[in-house]
Amino acid sequence: MSIDLSQFHNVFFEESFENVDVLEQGLLELDVDNPDAEAINTIFRAAHSIKGGSGTFGFSDVADFTHIMENLLDDIRGGKRGLDQDVVDVLLGSVDCLRMLLSAAREGTEPDTAVRDAQLERLKAALEGQTQGGGLSEGAKLDVQAPEAPQGEPVQTGWRVVFRPLPELAQRGNDPLRLIRELKEIAPVQVSCDSSLIPDWERYDPTRLEMSWTVVLEENVPRSAIEDVFSWVEDECDLAIVPVVGHAPAGGDTSAANESKQAVGEVEPKGHPPETSAEDVQKSSAEASGSPDPRPSDPVGGARPAAPKKVPSPTTTASQSIRVDLPKVDALINMVGELVITQSMLNMLRDEPALQGYDRLHEGLAQLQRQTRALQEGVMQIRMLPISFCFSRFPRMVRDLSRQLDKDIELVMSGENTEVDKTVIEKITDPLVHLVRNSIDHGIEQPDVREAAGKPRTGHVWLKAYHQVGNIVIEVADDGGGLNRDRIRQKAVEKGLIAADARLTDQQIYELIFQPGFSTQEAVSDLSGRGVGMDVVRKNVQALGGSINVESESGKGSTFTIRLPLTLAIMDGQLVQVGEETYIIPLVSIIESLQPSADMIHYVGGESETIKLRGEYLPVVRLADVLEVSQLRRPKLHEGIVVIVETDRRRYGLFVDDLLNQQQIVIKSLEDNYHRVEGVSGATILGDGRVALILDVDALHGMMAREVMHA
Amino acid sequence: MAKILAVDDSASMRQMVVFTLRAAGHDVEEAENGVQALEKARASTFDLVISDVNMPEMNGIELIRLLRQESAYQFTPLLMLTTESAPEKKAEGKAAGATGWIVKPFNPDQLLSIVKKVLG
Repeated sequence: MSIDLSQFHNVFFEESFENVDVLEQGLLELDVDNPDAEAINTIFRAAHSIKGGSGTFGFSDVADFTHIMENLLDDIRGGKRGLDQDVVDVLLGSVDCLRMLLSAAREGTEPDTAVRDAQLERLKAALEGQTQGGGLSEGAKLDVQAPEAPQGEPVQTGWRVVFRPLPELAQRGNDPLRLIRELKEIAPVQVSCDSSLIPDWERYDPTRLEMSWTVVLEENVPRSAIEDVFSWVEDECDLAIVPVVGHAPAGGDTSAANESKQAVGEVEPKGHPPETSAEDVQKSSAEASGSPDPRPSDPVGGARPAAPKKVPSPTTTASQSIRVDLPKVDALINMVGELVITQSMLNMLRDEPALQGYDRLHEGLAQLQRQTRALQEGVMQIRMLPISFCFSRFPRMVRDLSRQLDKDIELVMSGENTEVDKTVIEKITDPLVHLVRNSIDHGIEQPDVREAAGKPRTGHVWLKAYHQVGNIVIEVADDGGGLNRDRIRQKAVEKGLIAADARLTDQQIYELIFQPGFSTQEAVSDLSGRGVGMDVVRKNVQALGGSINVESESGKGSTFTIRLPLTLAIMDGQLVQVGEETYIIPLVSIIESLQPSADMIHYVGGESETIKLRGEYLPVVRLADVLEVSQLRRPKLHEGIVVIVETDRRRYGLFVDDLLNQQQIVIKSLEDNYHRVEGVSGATILGDGRVALILDVDALHGMMAREVMHA
Repeated sequence: MAKILAVDDSASMRQMVVFTLRAAGHDVEEAENGVQALEKARASTFDLVISDVNMPEMNGIELIRLLRQESAYQFTPLLMLTTESAPEKKAEGKAAGATGWIVKPFNPDQLLSIVKKVLG
């Protein structure tokens, strides 16, 4: 039967990458001075599982590499080798290499053999560093079968196998008949059974095998083929395999004697010299029963494998799951998206005069709306993953970087179980890596500097994720030196980002680091300054429909806060009208909407319009102006509606002609279908089939601010 | 055909074993670890149990040891899936009552030929 193994590859890779994560996680959490046996076991099992799978599915590169890793882990597990930071480093390096090999295998590309070989060297060095005392199962590997030189005149014509099972053999599920049948498959046989040992009826126990067999194979097959048959029971029987010598036609080609062992057989080589006398069965039988230790690999020096302890394992809440290809999920989400559009189209019919009075229709439509929403939320949930998928890399990164920089840093993570869209995980990882690197590289000071400043030598980096009204918030904070306001300002002036005499608040100065091309670090360090600046971080966050801002206090540290929409595909929107156009403002950004009375309106510097709302002056952005919508005439503020929106703790008013209805909208990417437009985060299809643009309230404020600056 | 219980914590290996055995016409049930396997084995009777060795919760050797103590499995073939690098595991498995082993890596044909052999 031929079974296509490639159908299991997807699962294999998913599972192997998970196992690599388990390996890495386990190694990072390992207490080198006082390792926990179960922790080491878990690590070992992860490597073992990768090895088993990769071998079976034909990824020998991965299998070979993991094999060496596993050996090292096995030595650690068996106590043959101590544990120190260096070994952990080598193993962590191997984890990276393993990841690379797995990726290459999955992509079907050539792995970087230089990297692999170098890592293999390190592993082997680590392995050899210890074995002097241990001496793996050296003594166990007895001499492999001696070559069977065909002996001139008398020709070997076959084998005589004398097989006397221990009475308990059947109690391990082995059946002597099976063994004899197997011999029969190898060569024509003559079988005789000695039943003289069967006790009297009174003492007869049918579960005990008290018989022996003699099987003569009439063909000179390789000895290993016979040993293979008995490999499972070699220590449960007296077995003699002796050549039968005769003068039969010169057959018995012994060249096949060394044929590779089958997966079935895996015979532990024994030290039986080939017998040449066909007669002396008695003697060889005796020899066989007194044969070397039946468990050849039992190592000499008490290094017995620890008996499997019954670990009172904490009842793990094993969640049931199935793996589904992402395109299938996305297709489903898309279909639901279309359904939402259809639903909102039907919803518009509710206002149709001709349909008034049909109560059941209206009830049905209302129900459809609720159910569509529930379906949509359910479907979106499928794409959600805990953010730990992204956070999990940071312990390693922080560890490596702080070692590299001789800094003492503790990473504190919280909210790892916060669920976010899979796309968010993929796209937010790079920005977060950059922020965490920055915190370690620029934020946290050297231990001595910290001590001199009266701070604990150990610096902290916090990585938090949590939900906040319709948003996911991710914070990267540190208790380092904080942003250097003067240096940022000076740099911004040098780069021509601001005028030398510009009057800026601290917050405005901090915001400058998000400007393209801004970098204050004089010497480009190994860590940061890889061409990725904070402007790229902000762009990536914005591409996800989110925003980022920074707070900093000199000497106390900085906090970067990223806000992301809960889902990327749907949101509640407020439709607004400007001139002939309809736009959508995300409902989460809206604080309130009002028609200002004339006395609320103020002018700053005679130009900029503001409204005074409950004692607070809020700038007003005319949507028609920033988006260059043509209007017959410019309405006065009190003639239209001001929508108060909030972004990153900034509030301002968006001036529109009118408010239309609110509805759930399916976000379509403008970038995918057109190109990025400033001030617009996406588009959607309305119930009547028209396309409406979704406003990016954060960017709109920036656009206005620039207009003001340039004015 | 025969009723077989396949035990492995690795989903890919388990799928492969299950798929192969089902394709050969066997009635196969699966379990992810020894604890699950033991439950299933007690709930019905299998003609053959194939178990991975290294598993969380309860490993394959412990599973075999416990199964052997069950009267229904006193003579049932119990095979372990193991790797060539673990000869001591085989000895340990035999001591626990394993009938034999299937060495990883293996391909579907090898698996089937072994199964055919033990089932007679």
